[in-house]
Amino acid sequence: MIHITALHKKFGKNEVLKGIDLTIAPGKIYAILGPNGSGKTTLIKSILGMVIPDKGSIEVLGHPIKKGWKYRKQIDYLPQIANFPGNLKVRELIAMIKDLRNDDNEATDLIQLFRLESHLDKKLSALSGGTKQKVNLVLAFMFDSLLLILDEPNTGLDPNALIQLKDLIKSEKAKGKTLLITSHVMQFVEEVADEVIYLLEGSIYFNGTLEELMAATQQTNVEHAIAELTKTELNG
Amino acid sequence: MGKVLKYSFYDLVRSRWSYIYLSFYLALGFVLLFLNNDLSKGVITLMNIIIVLVPLIGTIFGTMYYYNSKEFTELLLAQPIKRSHIFLGQYFGVAGSLSMSLVLGLGIPFMMYGLLRSNAVFDFTLLLVVGIFLTLIFTALAFNIAINNDNKIKGFGYAVLLWLFMAVIYDGIFLLSLILFEEYPLDTFSMVATALNPIDLSRTLILLKLDISALLGYTGAVFKRFFGTQFGFWMSMLVLLLWTILPLLRLRYTADRKDF
Repeated sequence: MIHITALHKKFGKNEVLKGIDLTIAPGKIYAILGPNGSGKTTLIKSILGMVIPDKGSIEVLGHPIKKGWKYRKQIDYLPQIANFPGNLKVRELIAMIKDLRNDDNEATDLIQLFRLESHLDKKLSALSGGTKQKVNLVLAFMFDSLLLILDEPNTGLDPNALIQLKDLIKSEKAKGKTLLITSHVMQFVEEVADEVIYLLEGSIYFNGTLEELMAATQQTNVEHAIAELTKTELNG
Repeated sequence: MGKVLKYSFYDLVRSRWSYIYLSFYLALGFVLLFLNNDLSKGVITLMNIIIVLVPLIGTIFGTMYYYNSKEFTELLLAQPIKRSHIFLGQYFGVAGSLSMSLVLGLGIPFMMYGLLRSNAVFDFTLLLVVGIFLTLIFTALAFNIAINNDNKIKGFGYAVLLWLFMAVIYDGIFLLSLILFEEYPLDTFSMVATALNPIDLSRTLILLKLDISALLGYTGAVFKRFFGTQFGFWMSMLVLLLWTILPLLRLRYTADRKDF
């Protein structure tokens, strides 16, 4: 699905990614974890082509992404911070993205699921943070792409919406899609993820299934396992 | 690129500023013609305003739009759209709506005063063409400045400085050097210096077209010999075209390499 070799990225003097090698297999849910500033978002943005790597290569669906853009048709992306043009209405935004992607999928089900009907004719600048995140989710889930990248999908959601989100993620997986998720909420990760990729200071520190993570750290829940991982790093 | 252009253009056409800009030109056109009651004189006065104002509006609008549409840009970057198309689409959206305000705002009053039946029609058309070129050039320069400066305040500062340089300081330096080197033959120098600044070039083009180059004295005669000919005219157009294309090429180059 995705194949990354020796990926390096510097922002000025700050070396954010230091040689990432990673293979993402289709049909699974991957959780990308790591402390703030460990390079999670940079990694995701490199896959999307928003950040241009200094060294290394990325292949999506067997094709190198360098200078390409058509492959993004196969990726749905949920950005970390929901920034939308403020003077558009929700309805217009959804129509615009559909038009830009040349895709005619209906968003009605998702709009109902997140109870956004009453907000459709409001301007995006008038929405609350949580509602914006719901719009963000609708845009990410409404197309039938093979790969879904969710950057902190659970920020600002109420418990009800959070349950809907988990169900959505599971149903997307059942359709055979691949998901990449970053999150700081370990309980959420534990519930949805198959594989864990732990980034620390721009390198992959752990890469394996949830069970392997538990076994390696001799812990019973993800929160403690991750804490243990960080501790061993500090001691070692 | 078409779709990005469409949405940027819609967005701008709905915005209050386009209407303010349009109504300013409408008012300017009507007032000038009402006071002068002479189309040719109207064209001369308009030239003096357009030459300075169009670049200023292009620069400010260009930077403002780039910074204001940051969210829109980020949204587009994750979509299956070519990068250069995102930025060029936005650029043509801005430049297009500004040019439209200019053409409509001045075109309507002049048409109503019988432009088509007068002999000022070619002069007026040239004025509009030059105005559109200046819009294209300065919006492109503004986009270049904005894409290289993530700090809005700095970006705005540089953009205004650029306008000030092109519209005022350049002429100052030019005149000063003419005085300093008055012992030497300066024909070629002054012609090249004029051609290098799009604002000066536009002014010279229109002045010569209006046949008032006598006002420029000896230099006027030299200019007339070059810019007044067919060849000189097309050379000037070519220079204006280069001033438009080069910043756009640079914009595409920078956009392809920038991290978001």
